[in-house]
Amino acid sequence: MTPDLQCTNLTKQFGDSKAVDNVSFSVPAGSFFSILGPSGCGKTTIMRMIAGFLEPTSGDIEIKGKSVLNVPPNKRHVNMVFQHLALFPMMNIADNIGYGLRRAGMHKKDIGFKVDEALERIGLPGIGHRRVDELSGGQKQRVAIARCMVLEPDVLLLDEPLGALDLKLREHMKVELKNLQAAFDTTFVYITHDQSEALVMSDNIAVMNAGRFEQVGSAQDLYYRPDTAFVAGFVGDSNRWSGKVVKQDGGNALVQTTSGLTLRGATHGRTLSEGDTVDAFVRPEAIRIAHNADDLANFDNQISGTVTSILFNGAASRVMVRDTAGHGEVAVNLPQSGEFANLSKGAPIHIGWASDQANCFAAGAS
Amino acid sequence: MHREAKLGLVLLLTPLLLWLVLLIFIPHIDLFLVSMRERVGVGQYDLSFANYLTFFQEPLYLVTFLRTAVMSIFATILTLLIGFPVAYYIAKMAKGRTQSALFLLCLVPFWVSELVRTFGWMILLRETGIISNLLQSVGLASGPVEMLYNDAAIMVGLVYTSMLFMVVPLVTTLESLPDEVVEAGYDLGGNGLSVLREIIIPHAMPGIVSGSIVVFMLCLGNYLTPTMLGGKESLWFTELIYSQFIVRFNWELGAAFGFLLLILSSVIVWGMLRLTGQSLEKTMG
Repeated sequence: MTPDLQCTNLTKQFGDSKAVDNVSFSVPAGSFFSILGPSGCGKTTIMRMIAGFLEPTSGDIEIKGKSVLNVPPNKRHVNMVFQHLALFPMMNIADNIGYGLRRAGMHKKDIGFKVDEALERIGLPGIGHRRVDELSGGQKQRVAIARCMVLEPDVLLLDEPLGALDLKLREHMKVELKNLQAAFDTTFVYITHDQSEALVMSDNIAVMNAGRFEQVGSAQDLYYRPDTAFVAGFVGDSNRWSGKVVKQDGGNALVQTTSGLTLRGATHGRTLSEGDTVDAFVRPEAIRIAHNADDLANFDNQISGTVTSILFNGAASRVMVRDTAGHGEVAVNLPQSGEFANLSKGAPIHIGWASDQANCFAAGAS
Repeated sequence: MHREAKLGLVLLLTPLLLWLVLLIFIPHIDLFLVSMRERVGVGQYDLSFANYLTFFQEPLYLVTFLRTAVMSIFATILTLLIGFPVAYYIAKMAKGRTQSALFLLCLVPFWVSELVRTFGWMILLRETGIISNLLQSVGLASGPVEMLYNDAAIMVGLVYTSMLFMVVPLVTTLESLPDEVVEAGYDLGGNGLSVLREIIIPHAMPGIVSGSIVVFMLCLGNYLTPTMLGGKESLWFTELIYSQFIVRFNWELGAAFGFLLLILSSVIVWGMLRLTGQSLEKTMG
């Protein structure tokens, strides 16, 4: 089956700098694809090229197997939900949703019918006569999506549409967006700098940095099996050390960090040799914490130390542990099962992790 | 504290109130009273509508009155048609320094007095003027061409004088239209014309209306430009008022004319607001 959207060797040059550098990807029909990256990485540029507001310097964009390079934005079967939604404040809700249908020359009665159906679909029936500024943030969000969806686009582009919402509503809208995508059964391409939005909603995620795709994969792939140091550092939280490989055998490496810590890590197939400088990443939730060193016998990394601070944040609470020799601090997730409830600052503690949880990458990548 | 605030408010309002009462209310009340009296003997006056009756019975007055109104409306429309693309370019297409430079260019003509600017047009358009000479030397005209003293010359002068007052409110409202909204208009299938009609113009409506009101009033009340560029051939209503007051020394009729002009501009502005569905608060706010 032809993918709904396919970009091949897409490049966009602004003056001397390459905003998008030779990016290729394809999005299968009906899937939710996210482009995740820090601001300024070029993700908005990709989006605007797909929508037709920017011309690529080179490369091709195909929608449903047909190149759209010479098609103006108003003729592409691609619609966009803008960052600030861009609802038309001079029209009421029904006219906003009906705008595209009017442009397509649909009969007035059919437009009314379709608009009502769309409002029903987004769970806001009967608000057609209201003005845009009478709606709440979440309602506007849904109207902006409905305005695009009535046109039945091949691909719906979403440009960080949740950015302007407060935290609670954003959490709610994540689930809602995913449901809407399933309900409309349309291909969504979503760009965001917020990893949790991308991880929760997407079937596939591309992590983008400095104009290039670092890795494309499912949320689990990115989280558990990052390909590059950038992905390991950007997706999820990590303890990060830089150091040198002192010994290497098979998939494991013994790393001496610049802070003086010695740890065992995994290369996961990447080629590293003795003497290479590396970055090692260990997620706080991959580290076990124990009162007795004996409980950690099956881990090949073990550190004894003291608690230097407790960062309470409900389920995501952490402790910072400094090893007895004073080689720097390690962030560890605190299990909420109660056994560490009365842990206090300065208490002696033992931590440990398995070597394959410590991802090592050749340094310099980022 | 409360009393102090009250005092501050009174002090702040005083200049405005003085201006309104001394220069607007009192002259208009007096104008109205003067227009309502008829001279029956030396220093003797009666209350009557005679002056207004004269206005309606003398075709020259009535025709000039209507001509002034129609031409002012036409000048306003012309200014809007020329000013809108200019304002759109300044507000939406030009960026950074170009934007401020262009805006400044619109302002530059207002550094010299209106008299000098109008005189500039006369140098260009008169029989022995630059354009006339140019046409002759190119061979497009066999003799001197007189381009002054007609309605077209007045129109050129009025549009030129009013341009800034149309461009400024338009730029302000157009700048407040996010680029995203225009892009969304295209993204959802609109073409240039429909985006202009359904999105840009409705958004710019308050600016269009306030600019038009200002330009219309300036045209209607303009004295210098029609006198210098129109001459005797095309009369402007303000010229009639001037001649009644100063030349004929008939203050009663002049006052009636002045009052009629006030009513005319009020009625047309009101009609324009009704027609466009705007309110004065929305336009000025």
